[in-house]
Amino acid sequence: MAKLSFREALNQAMDEEMARDERVFLMGEEVGHYDGAYKVSQGLLAKYGERRVVDTPITELSFAGVGIGASMVGLRPIIEMMTFNFCILALDQIWNNAAKMRLMSGGQYNVPIVFRGPNGAAHMLSAQHSQATENWFCNVPGLKVVSPATPGDGKGLLKAAIRDDDPVIFLESEIMYNDVGEVPDAEDHVLALGKAHVVREGKDVTLIGYSHGLKAVVAAAEALAKDGIDAEVIDLRTLRPLDMETIARSVRKTHRVVTVEEGWPFGGIGAELAYRIQHALFEYLDAPVTRVTQLDMPMPYAENLEAACLPNARDVIAAARAVSYRT
Amino acid sequence: MDDSPRQILDEEGRLRPGQSVPEGLDAEALRALYALMLRQRLLDDLMLTLQRQGRIGFYGPATGQEAAVFGSGRALAPEDWVLPALREGGVALMRGYPLRDYLAQCFGNALDVTHGRQMPCHYGSRAQHQPTLSSPIGTQLPHATGVAWAMKLRGAATVAIGYLGDGATSENDFHTALDMAGRFALPAIFFCQNNQWAISVPVSVQTAAPTLAAKAAAYRMPGHRVDGNDVMACYAVTREARARALRGEGPTFIEALTWRMGAHSTSDDPTRYRDEAVTEQWKARDPILRLGRFLLAEGLQDEDGLQALRESLGREIREALAEVEAAAPSVPLGTMFDDVFASRPPHLAEQAAEAARFGVPTPSH
Repeated sequence: MAKLSFREALNQAMDEEMARDERVFLMGEEVGHYDGAYKVSQGLLAKYGERRVVDTPITELSFAGVGIGASMVGLRPIIEMMTFNFCILALDQIWNNAAKMRLMSGGQYNVPIVFRGPNGAAHMLSAQHSQATENWFCNVPGLKVVSPATPGDGKGLLKAAIRDDDPVIFLESEIMYNDVGEVPDAEDHVLALGKAHVVREGKDVTLIGYSHGLKAVVAAAEALAKDGIDAEVIDLRTLRPLDMETIARSVRKTHRVVTVEEGWPFGGIGAELAYRIQHALFEYLDAPVTRVTQLDMPMPYAENLEAACLPNARDVIAAARAVSYRT
Repeated sequence: MDDSPRQILDEEGRLRPGQSVPEGLDAEALRALYALMLRQRLLDDLMLTLQRQGRIGFYGPATGQEAAVFGSGRALAPEDWVLPALREGGVALMRGYPLRDYLAQCFGNALDVTHGRQMPCHYGSRAQHQPTLSSPIGTQLPHATGVAWAMKLRGAATVAIGYLGDGATSENDFHTALDMAGRFALPAIFFCQNNQWAISVPVSVQTAAPTLAAKAAAYRMPGHRVDGNDVMACYAVTREARARALRGEGPTFIEALTWRMGAHSTSDDPTRYRDEAVTEQWKARDPILRLGRFLLAEGLQDEDGLQALRESLGREIREALAEVEAAAPSVPLGTMFDDVFASRPPHLAEQAAEAARFGVPTPSH
C-alpha cells in the first residue's frame, strides 16, 4: 500500500491507462500546460505530449462532442470537466448522443468515453459552483455513473471506467483532492463497476452513502456505536448501475435504512434507493427508509448558510436514531 | 469577396464558359450519378406516399437537393467518415448501404438492423462509416471534428465530413465544432445544404451574416459557396476540400445553395408560410433535369436510355419495398433490452425476463 492523495491516485490511474493503451487520451480545459484546474493531470503533458493531452478551447459542449466522435471510431477519450457545474453546457452531447449511440445504431457504434471532474459542493463557491449532478446523469439509460469516496477506490474505479465500453460519468468530490489514503500497489488495481463496498459491518441499521457524503456516514456510524447502535455502512461506489444485491443483503439483516447524499432531495439518489428497497424488501423493513440530503435550495455562499444546507454526521445520526425508534 | 456560388453546369445543363467536367467524373461516373439522383427522387416520392398512407411514421426527403447529396458524396473515399444531417441517407446508399436496410429503417420492422429504435431517416451503418443521425440540430458537427481528430492522431489518410442544414449554422455546436477543427487544423469538411428554410424559418431570420460561408472566416477556414443544384460543382468543391484536408491544411466549410422543394418533413406544410411561386422558379434549376440535359447533349445517354433507367430504378425500389414489407411487422420484444449498455445490467435483465415471461403478443402476418 502506498499513501497517496486523491489527486495523485487519479493521476496514476490515467497515467497507467495511457501507458497501457495508446487509444486513451485526455482532453479538456487547461489539462495540459496548466496541469488541470485541480492538478489531476499533473505531468501527463510532459510524458505523453500534445497529441494525447489536449488543451481545448473553453467549450464544454464541443470537447464533449469531439470526444464522442473520436470514441465512435475507436479511441478512448477521457474528457475532463473543470467542474460538473459547467458540464451542464455539454448535457445534450452526453444525454442525447453518448448515452444513446449504441442503442440508436443497433450496436454498430459504441462510445467508450469517460467524463470526469469535480462534482458537488466545494467551499463557499455558491449556487453555480456547488451542485451535485449525479441524479441527473443517473436518470439517463446508457450512462454509468461512478463516484468514489477514497483515493484507493478512485484509482481502481477510474481505471475500470477508462476500460469500460460504455460512457462513464466519473464524479470526484471537489473538496477531497487533498485527502490521503491507502492505494494498493498492485500492478493492476481495477475495481468492478456496479459493485458496492461494505465499509463497516453492523446489524442494527444500514447507512448508504458515497463520495464525500460517506465521511458523514462513517463518522455517524462511529458515534452510533458508542450509543449502542451497530450500523452497517455501504459505499455505493457506482451509482448506476446500482448494486442492489449488496444493499438487499444488508437490509435483510438490519431492517432499517438511511440514505445519505449531498445533492437535492427531489428525484435524488435516496429517492431511487428508497423506492427500490421498499419495492423489493418491504417485508424486511421495520421502519420507513429515510434519506438525508442537501436542503432543497441552491447553495448559499455564506459559510454558515452553506454548512446549514449540507448534510452532516449529526443529521445522519438523527436519521439513524429515528429509524431505530431511539429519538 | 465574391459571394456568387461556384457553378460548372448552368441551369440549361451546359458547361459554363471556361469550365470543364471535373477530373474524376468520366462518362460512366456521370451516368452513375444521374442514376443515384433519380433513384433518390423516386425513392423520396414513394416514401412520402407511404407516410401519407400510414405505412411509415415520418420522412424527410432530399427532393431538389440531390446534387448536393450525391455530388459531395461522390468526392469521398470509402474509408472517409460521414456524419449526416437529415437528408444524407443517399450518401450511405451510394457507398453501399443496402436499399433494403434504408427502407427497413423507415419501417422499423423485423428487418431493421437497428431494431426499430429510431424514427425514419436516422440511418446508420458501420460498414459505410456513417454513424447514426442524431436528431438534435448540429450535434453531429463536434462528432465530425472528433472523428477528424482521431484520423489525425492515427495519421490516417482519411477525412470526416459533417453535413448540416442552414438552420444548424445558428447552433452552438456548429461554432464550437468549426472552432476546434480550425484550431487543430483537422482533416474535416463541413458541408452545409443551405436549402434556405429551417422548417418555417428562412435564413434571413437566422442570421445577419451576409452568407453562411462568411461564418467560416472567423475560424480561419475557407468558406466556399457552390450551386447546390449543380452536381459537378458540388463534387469539385468537396473534392478540393478533401485534398486540402489530406495535405494537412485543415478544414473547409462549404455552403451549397439550394432550395427545399417540398416540406421539411412529413410533419410540415410549407404552403402555410412561404411563397411557393419561388419554389416553381427553382423547378427550372432542378439538379436531375440539369445533369440529364448534359448527358443527352453530350451523347452520353439517350432518351430511350433514360426511360429504361427510370423503369429499372422503379423496379429496384418496388422489389426492395416488397421484401421489406413482407418481413414481420414487429421487432422481437427482447431486442429492446439490448444495446442500452454493452451488457444488460441486473435491472434490465430482470425486465427482459419479465417481458419474456408475460410476453406481449406479436401480431402474425
